Amino acid sequence: MGKFLPRGITDGAGLPMLTQDQLKKTSLFEEHLKLKAKMVPFGGWEMPVQYEGILAEYEHTRRGCALFDTSHMGEFLIKGDVLRSGLDRIVTMPIVDMPLNVSRYGFILNDQGGTIDDLIVFRVKEDEWFIVVNGGTTEKDALHFKKYLTKNASFEDISLKTGKLDLQGPLSRDILAQFNPEVKRLGYFTFDYFDILGEKVLVSRTGYTGELGYEIFFPWEKIKELWKSLLKDGRVKPAGLGARDVLRLEMGYSLYGHELTDNISPLEAGLSRFIDFNKDFRAKEILVKQREGLKRKLVGFTSLNRRSPRAEQKIYSASNEEIGVVTSGSFSPALNKGIGLGFVRKDLAVVGEKIFIGEGKSLEAVVSGRIFFKGGSLRTKN
Amino acid sequence: MELEEELLYTKEHEWVSIEGNVATVGITEYAQEALGDITFAQLPQIDQEVEQFEEFATVESVKAASDIFAPLTGKVVEVNVALEDNPGLINKSCYNKGWLVKIEFSSSDEQSNLMNAEEYRSFLESIG
Repeated sequence: MGKFLPRGITDGAGLPMLTQDQLKKTSLFEEHLKLKAKMVPFGGWEMPVQYEGILAEYEHTRRGCALFDTSHMGEFLIKGDVLRSGLDRIVTMPIVDMPLNVSRYGFILNDQGGTIDDLIVFRVKEDEWFIVVNGGTTEKDALHFKKYLTKNASFEDISLKTGKLDLQGPLSRDILAQFNPEVKRLGYFTFDYFDILGEKVLVSRTGYTGELGYEIFFPWEKIKELWKSLLKDGRVKPAGLGARDVLRLEMGYSLYGHELTDNISPLEAGLSRFIDFNKDFRAKEILVKQREGLKRKLVGFTSLNRRSPRAEQKIYSASNEEIGVVTSGSFSPALNKGIGLGFVRKDLAVVGEKIFIGEGKSLEAVVSGRIFFKGGSLRTKN
Repeated sequence: MELEEELLYTKEHEWVSIEGNVATVGITEYAQEALGDITFAQLPQIDQEVEQFEEFATVESVKAASDIFAPLTGKVVEVNVALEDNPGLINKSCYNKGWLVKIEFSSSDEQSNLMNAEEYRSFLESIG
């Protein structure tokens, strides 16, 4: 058998691969080893890619409840008036009128209109903002915020004090309610502080899977207790980055480093609804210009059989022209077919268009909608 | 590591079971474990000529793709059609229900290029 070519999960932010001892570890590293997880480098961290198996962990998430260690992600605490702090100009989503206990998804941009990171902003108090960023881009993001926040703001990087677990799946609400029944009232993309195992912590009804689920932020040093307590419930299974990637891809969610990079604007990635063109923000002029004529479009596509497209594969038209590139690809258990996201020349970025992927154009696929799986429990009413 | 004692093995982690002049081919426990959940198997056509140690099939998992190399020179006489709808058989039963192809071979000489179970076991230890 030829060499195993891991594809699909890259370094996560286009960072150079580090050696084993340079990789950072979350406080659950030993727990992952105990559970016989396969560990891989991801965004500068050594993370579990799978425990039982990617497809099994995927099934647990869609049908039951899965637990992900996402402590590698970064968290910032910013205090200051929304406008005078400069924060409103740094992020693309509207935040001036954001109510408390609500969170919003958006981006921070570089001067060329490319994406420095995608992130979620939580309005904790009128003048207090909790921001969650990707694990591989934390340092880059912190530099950006510190550079452009005014002296009317205070900035604290609390990433290494803050661990996070994602509890995801249709059973997640009942399971977490055992720790505090109040979590049941959380609506989608809202959050609050709850007493969980004696700690007052932020629990957000958000996730990256398309299922009902929660992100639980917990003190770094104590998160092992929460991890073990949750796993004591036989319905909860640990799940790794491999399953996480399949789940998010089925939902058409972008992964930083693939659909969004320093060289790709959120507009090109089809995410204009998270950009507030009614306000002023860094690189707005570039995006306004881009809006007038995008040359390529991010689309979803479905393979005709079980073969999976892979990131970085080229895309060709029926008439042999190179028309794009795959940004993410995987097998979709929901569709029983290969699925992918990628940039395609605008005129051919049309649902139903036949495309050919990879060397030798061996993989035939059809441009489809971006959301491949629509049956999730994500928006279960509280 | 589960090994079938009577099989022959290649350095690329294929196994071969010989019966008369027909060889059944699959991938070993080591290979299926390293690949993870297999989602697709691309097998050759019936009657295709294959050469020892040349790539003749591909197996894809969620996270990786891998070439499969023919352990013997000959002609493909049967492929495991069950794998089309159920490629996971390779993970669940790599030495049995997850077989890939049957090759009709002409020369027995080539078998000396393959390893027996003990040699394969040592080989696995050497690659760590």
